[in-house]
Amino acid sequence: MEKEEKKTKTKKIEKKEIKEEKEVEKKEVKKVEIERKKREMVVPGEVVAKGAEFLPSDGTRREGEEVIATRFGLLEKTDRLVKIIPLSGVYIPRVGNTVIGQVIDITFNGWIIDVVAPNIAFLSVAECAGYINKKDLAEHFGFRDNIVTKIKSIKLKGIDLTMKERGLRKLEGGIIVRINPTRVPRVIGRAGSMVNTIKSETGCSITVGQNGVIWVKGKNPEDELLAKKAIDLIVQKPFIEGLTEKVKEFLIEQKKKPKIKEKEKEKEK
Amino acid sequence: MAYKRPDGRNYDETRKIEAKVGIIKRADGSAMFSFGNSKAIVAVYGPRQLHPQHLQNPEKCLLRCYYDMMSFSVAERKRPGPTRRSTEVSYVTSNALKKVLKLEDFPNSVIDVYILIVEADASTRCAGINAASMALAHAGIPMKELVSSISIGKIGDAIVADLTKEEEDYSIKKDGKEIKAATDIPFAFQSRSGKISLMQLDGKVSIDDLKRAISLGKKMSKKIIEIQTQALKKVKEDKK
Amino acid sequence: MDVSELTRKRIEELLKDGKRMDERKPLELRPLSIELGVSKKAEGSARVKFGDTEVIAGAKLNVIEPFTDTPDNGALMVVAEFWPLASEKFEMGPPDIQAIELARIIDRSIRESEFIDLKKLCIKKGELVWAVFLDIYPINDAGNLIDASAIAVMAALQSAVFPSIKGDKVQYGEFTTKKVPLKDMPVVLTFYRIGKEFILDPTTSEEEASNSRLTIAMTFGKEPYIHALQKAGDEPLSEEEILKVLSTALKEGKKIFEKIKSQLK
Repeated sequence: MEKEEKKTKTKKIEKKEIKEEKEVEKKEVKKVEIERKKREMVVPGEVVAKGAEFLPSDGTRREGEEVIATRFGLLEKTDRLVKIIPLSGVYIPRVGNTVIGQVIDITFNGWIIDVVAPNIAFLSVAECAGYINKKDLAEHFGFRDNIVTKIKSIKLKGIDLTMKERGLRKLEGGIIVRINPTRVPRVIGRAGSMVNTIKSETGCSITVGQNGVIWVKGKNPEDELLAKKAIDLIVQKPFIEGLTEKVKEFLIEQKKKPKIKEKEKEKEK
Repeated sequence: MAYKRPDGRNYDETRKIEAKVGIIKRADGSAMFSFGNSKAIVAVYGPRQLHPQHLQNPEKCLLRCYYDMMSFSVAERKRPGPTRRSTEVSYVTSNALKKVLKLEDFPNSVIDVYILIVEADASTRCAGINAASMALAHAGIPMKELVSSISIGKIGDAIVADLTKEEEDYSIKKDGKEIKAATDIPFAFQSRSGKISLMQLDGKVSIDDLKRAISLGKKMSKKIIEIQTQALKKVKEDKK
Repeated sequence: MDVSELTRKRIEELLKDGKRMDERKPLELRPLSIELGVSKKAEGSARVKFGDTEVIAGAKLNVIEPFTDTPDNGALMVVAEFWPLASEKFEMGPPDIQAIELARIIDRSIRESEFIDLKKLCIKKGELVWAVFLDIYPINDAGNLIDASAIAVMAALQSAVFPSIKGDKVQYGEFTTKKVPLKDMPVVLTFYRIGKEFILDPTTSEEEASNSRLTIAMTFGKEPYIHALQKAGDEPLSEEEILKVLSTALKEGKKIFEKIKSQLK
């Protein structure tokens, strides 16, 4: 405690000395400091908190007085809770996640689905709503079909899926966009704000799978590509401030473009 | 007379180190690490589905490491394909990394680590392990700590860090004969516990020499951990 | 997960209007970069990037006894190793057909265009000749490995120098300043057919969506010539399609030839 006091004292003195310059930079410095605190990157094995009051959560573990990182990513401390938000890596399935998968095989009682996870997923006929002709399962979901599905349970041998909920269905038309699963929360945004912005600006229907597979369907392919571009932007710059606004501006700007091109074409004619 | 290093380095000085994370977009994690002209690139894929099924372990994830050199990375062209040497290096690399990974989190699946040497001038397995440790962290795999690797050598009476090929081949004249006078001891240390997960040796040392080598290795590994950590913290860009 | 059937259909649809997912024109290439001397133990080496696709190629030279049927010719060997580093689709083990095909296309492009003057690689007829080994390693597969690899190999060759020799032994690690004798550089260009349209420099999704491809190796000396062809993929091509692709290839090939030359300066 004494040391800290000393530090602040010396800081105060320093500040007095270069008061004028500081005044100008002050606001910026403060901003940077806040951002740094928010976005501190940590590596496995690093001590991220000291003291028994901290509660180690995702990506951390306790070792005596210390909380240690067990994953590479961004450190987040909210009150006493310490966790790490991963920035990279494969999708780790969780029960209740809505994911988009692809039929890769058909068995006598269900479908083998690739949900881009470390283990294979199985969708049983019993987990589908409505009547299904068991003699020809491919009639219902064919090879290479994409489906929106939900993780019902995770067992040692693999993942079990279900279709018995609203919104779970086979996908028709549109495009599939793949992103790193760690970026999914950014694409969805707070209470869906980000994805809703893209939907309203492009007029596309969008389904975001927790596994980083996104389905986009618009009135025409151009709208889908525009939505894809917005998603790419979020994925590339996930941690800039006011991202939702920036994405909106970007989409409005982009929508102007083709019109210019069309005008040029008209001129050429 | 004290041993003088051909490139003028201090005994506890490595060659120029370069480290970068996220160099292969398609991989789940990737990194490069170089000691001077020894350069390794690494891609990590997984945890992913493991086929055939009989290889699956319901208790934990399988870790597979593959080490190889580009044919033109050495003075005399290396024939493509695995050799007895590369198979052994792959094995000791896998052992060096295995225990820091929380493999029990991903039963029945596999993590593949591919280490390719672009240019070789000794210490390639150390460069490979350093890059692999970074690439595994980059792949988001739960790890207790990082791993850093350095080769320590005994040349004449000196204990030095990060040998070059020239130093590995150091010899002295005795009774008119050329005698090999360099011993190479590659180490890998776990960043937090300081435990040794790789140690090999070829040459001739006393117990006391080895003690000195371990202590220098430990000191050097701290520097390498710092470089690996900084390289990881620079990652911002997205993958896939 | 492979390219989704949905995306594949969309790629096809867009191409009918001459559009691509990444907004390129059908024959537009991604940015190309060439870096020389990436592996200093090699007599010549290069790293080539086509967008996110990255390939490293290296040239090693050695002296050998010539083959009995060509006693005054140097030897050439091209090998591609598709190490699983570059793609989750690649597997460990002996080279698969993709790697073998790629190496053979590039081998033929160099041999048949006489890019390397094999006659000049003869040291002593019937006894000693130079052998050129060209090794190719994809580092990141984001589509169009054949064309990227070809550029990497040609660039590595252009930067290659002979090692010193003492008697009939190469002094490894000692390089001369003498360059490997080369003639007109071949350009290797692969056209991918998606639906009924042809594109250059495909991304991974476009590659997966394509049903046929045609590789053409050309030189642009006094007259343009074709030195190697490879038709691959499931779907056959019509005569009209082939002739149309060939005439486009000569035009686009020349552009890429100039681009490579300017980057190698």
